[in-house]
Amino acid sequence: MQFKKSWVMTLALTSVLALSACGNNNGGNNATTNNGGTNAAATNAPTETSSGAELSGSILASGSTALQPLVEQVAEKFMDANKGVDIQVQGGGSGTGLTQVAEKQVDIGNSDVFAEEKLKDADAAKAATLVDHQVAVVAIAAVTHPDAGVTTLTKQQLVDIFTGKVTNWKEVGGADQKIQIINRPSSSGTRATFESFALGTKTEDIQGSIQEDSSGTVKKMIGETPGAIGYLALSYLDDTVKTLNYDGVEPSVDNVIAGKYPVWAYEHMYTNGEPNATVKAFLDYLMTDEVQSGDVVELGYIAASKMQVTRDVAGTVTTK
Amino acid sequence: MRVKPKKARIEKHHIEDFIGRTYMSFCVALLIVIIVSMVYFVASKGISTFISGDVTVSDFLFGTKWSPDGDTPSFGAFPFIAGSFLVTLLAALIASPLSLCAALFMTEIVPGWGKKLLQPVIELLSGIPSVVYGFIGLSVIVPFLRNTLPGQGIGVAAGALVLSVMILPTITSVAADALASLPQNLKESSFALGATRWQTISRVIIPTTFPAIMTGIVLGMARAFGEALAVQMVIGNAPFIPRSLFESASTLTSVITLGMGNTTMGSAHNNALWSMALVLMLMTFVFVFLVRLLERRNKI
Repeated sequence: MQFKKSWVMTLALTSVLALSACGNNNGGNNATTNNGGTNAAATNAPTETSSGAELSGSILASGSTALQPLVEQVAEKFMDANKGVDIQVQGGGSGTGLTQVAEKQVDIGNSDVFAEEKLKDADAAKAATLVDHQVAVVAIAAVTHPDAGVTTLTKQQLVDIFTGKVTNWKEVGGADQKIQIINRPSSSGTRATFESFALGTKTEDIQGSIQEDSSGTVKKMIGETPGAIGYLALSYLDDTVKTLNYDGVEPSVDNVIAGKYPVWAYEHMYTNGEPNATVKAFLDYLMTDEVQSGDVVELGYIAASKMQVTRDVAGTVTTK
Repeated sequence: MRVKPKKARIEKHHIEDFIGRTYMSFCVALLIVIIVSMVYFVASKGISTFISGDVTVSDFLFGTKWSPDGDTPSFGAFPFIAGSFLVTLLAALIASPLSLCAALFMTEIVPGWGKKLLQPVIELLSGIPSVVYGFIGLSVIVPFLRNTLPGQGIGVAAGALVLSVMILPTITSVAADALASLPQNLKESSFALGATRWQTISRVIIPTTFPAIMTGIVLGMARAFGEALAVQMVIGNAPFIPRSLFESASTLTSVITLGMGNTTMGSAHNNALWSMALVLMLMTFVFVFLVRLLERRNKI
């Protein structure tokens, strides 16, 4: 009996140790260590780390689900060209990406918003160590159910609608129909972008408003619900919903690039400090013309490199 | 004087015994460690909201204003707690009679082909992923409610309907097991006294198996309380106590799934979400406790 008990104790202790060891293992940050497993690497090894060496190592990226498709697609191409590199892309949301990159659990944290907007107050110091890489731009347009009967709304009209002052479409020149707000959750990056640049103010949730998390569901709800209004990234727009002009400006890619249409935000890829050679090569590849004019456009984003204006954390827009 | 036992020869089955026992002990120990660490993790993260001093427990549990990103953030989770209980109770109210009828049909009315037909169908229901339920809810139930009843279709009623279908298999299978395990002589004596089938079912079978049926209902409610994705898609997620069944509302799970990925670890908003997870976990303990209580009553 004594023997059995001690066995159970030992096993319990070892499993505790094993689990705590797992907790400390920060997601395999071995991008700097050159495994030299491939033949090509072996020829350069062991004295390498010079610039001529073939890239190897692994990159772990997590965060924004809006940016995930682009990073995944580009990562595939990058891995095809560099056989020694392994890139894993996970979702989880912008907050998760920023938390994990700040705690060095991942190499790249993908985010829809500036790190300073999420890592505030006590966490502000964490944001300071992060290096921003703006790889794409996403523009967001206000959309309605096709029967709402409006084609353009001014900033003030949108504010009135999203704060609940205007509750019927006829008050803004549309059909006699009750307005149904289809919102994003208050922590969503898309909502933050829409509120900052289309409304210019934060809005409180309104009783009876609907919140959906995925753009696909938002589009489905707006297309099916009479009187619905919401907002979607340009890549999601199609004929099932009516895209509104903002202050008379059409939300088109050209207008965004020229700085005429203001409701857009960067897609950020954050690294903790300056990236190592492998991560840097991947981020540089994302900014090449091949990707910026190819994958980025193909997947419905706007090329960050083509933007004629820039915007900082405070929202100040300057012409390049 | 004690005689030393003769040292037994180590045979193959002794080694197998030893390996088996060791492996099992290891698994059990690991399981216990995992459960304890999960409870500890959720509890410690959940309590941090109150330790940091930003929010008091009563503000959190009974506050009705949820505005984590407002200029003066407030973290009242009462609308979500109320929403969770509301959809859970409604779902149980809808699903219980249906499940009981299905179980009776399978065990008492037509045990032969009735069981062969219904059992696989009900088992199938429990195998469908919740995102499919959510999508069916969004594509079928919501437009139906929008066209027939006031409101926009999305809301508490849609959530309760989707959940009721999801918990049908749980309640049905527990109830059917209880009915099938009823001693045959109970029914036979009832028939022998001249009772009809309906009288036997309503006066003998249901009262005797009532605690077991309640166990099924509580298990179903536990599932409904913890279900996240399907409800989140159809309930609307406005952080308010609904004024009608056809108005948008939130549950604890829907708020957690919507907010968890978009908030950073350690922020007040994120901590508040963990506190809700703690409330959910404590509620699960209550459900488990209820089931245990009912089981004990069942045995007498």
